[in-house]
Amino acid sequence: MALDKPYLDVPGTTIFDAEQSRLGYHLNQFCMSLMKAENRARFKSDERAYLDEWPMTEEQKQAVLARDLNRCIAVGGNIYFLAKIGATDGKSFQQMAGSMTGMSEIQYRDMMIGGGRSIEGNRHIGEDGDAQAHRQPQGQQKVNS
Amino acid sequence: MSKARISASVYTSHVPAIGAALDLGKSSEPYWQKVFAGYEFSKQWLKENPPDVILLVFNDHATAFSLDMIPTFAIGTAASFTPADEGWGPRPVPVVQGHPELAAHIAQSVIQQDFDLTIVNKMDVDHGLTVPLSLMFGQPRQWPCPVIPFAVNVVQYPVPSGQRCFKLGQALRRAVESFDKPLNVQIWGTGGMSHQLQGPRAGLINKVFDNAFLDRLIADPAGQAAVPHIDYVREAGSEGIELVMWLIARGAMSDVTGGKAPEVLHRFYHVPASNTAVGHLILENPL
Repeated sequence: MALDKPYLDVPGTTIFDAEQSRLGYHLNQFCMSLMKAENRARFKSDERAYLDEWPMTEEQKQAVLARDLNRCIAVGGNIYFLAKIGATDGKSFQQMAGSMTGMSEIQYRDMMIGGGRSIEGNRHIGEDGDAQAHRQPQGQQKVNS
Repeated sequence: MSKARISASVYTSHVPAIGAALDLGKSSEPYWQKVFAGYEFSKQWLKENPPDVILLVFNDHATAFSLDMIPTFAIGTAASFTPADEGWGPRPVPVVQGHPELAAHIAQSVIQQDFDLTIVNKMDVDHGLTVPLSLMFGQPRQWPCPVIPFAVNVVQYPVPSGQRCFKLGQALRRAVESFDKPLNVQIWGTGGMSHQLQGPRAGLINKVFDNAFLDRLIADPAGQAAVPHIDYVREAGSEGIELVMWLIARGAMSDVTGGKAPEVLHRFYHVPASNTAVGHLILENPL
């Protein structure tokens, strides 16, 4: 029987399910390693060499080097793990979340102060809300199935 | 001999930026004042109604549990729990003292009620646990009472259903009420409310959903427990699913099994704290 995944039609959203977790295991465990101060220092001194110690795919390594969190998520990353990269870079959670939306840091902060992103048009793929791929500069990278 | 009882349940968001605001001395800034103002009543109430133990339901955010092990429900049975380094350095808050005797009792009772808890004797605790303590107790030198951490997987899907969480709360109440010491226990449910931290839809907030959730959690928790995951994900954001943890605390209130309805002592809602809607409730069990 096919698994029930009713969340695949939520726009701009990748649910970290068992399949994504399987794809992202080494990427996420690399992120976990950054919870130790000495590992953060080693990563910062030579990112590529540190990444090469992990059995990650080249695509995963490139996504990390580019700090492209949408790509990291598409290849199995989970935001709570990826947040360790942001912490290593001295970024706040708001800066990290905002970086995935195609907005500037100020625009994103102002949106939150204004009450956040509206749900209208953002429930199902194919509506016309601001999180839909056709309304997003990076929307074409959206991988949802 | 009189037994332990659950006197009240407390519900609150556990946004990490709230902890950072306190730790960095920003709590008087207007942005944060609007958040902390919602907890003034609660701090006073807690001072006047101190529990002997807090059973604190929270989720670990890839801190104690990496992808090496992903327990759905885990109870902390240790004597103490150290605040974790989540990548920004550990929060400067006191070490959390546990209550191994009650925790072991709960573990045995709840497993015998068919919930497969993972027993954790060593665990660092992240903002999911320490931010609620900071919101409710401020910045004391020591936390005023022992805390039993109860971690729920809401990071990797599938997470436990609202229904299962609600039933777990009932099992936790039976476990507490069979403990042979007259302890005053509070159960706290944390996380939420609407928020999404990932993808182009990050920043989603749904005030209508959140307030309907609060209404129904108070008045019709069994009905709210039947709401499927997808409704939380679609309406409240991918991280809004944390709200299922509130159903564990709500399931532990005595009206669920025929007692009187709890009294709503406090209700607060505010947008935003960083990426998130902040919700807070205190429900008291009538004597």
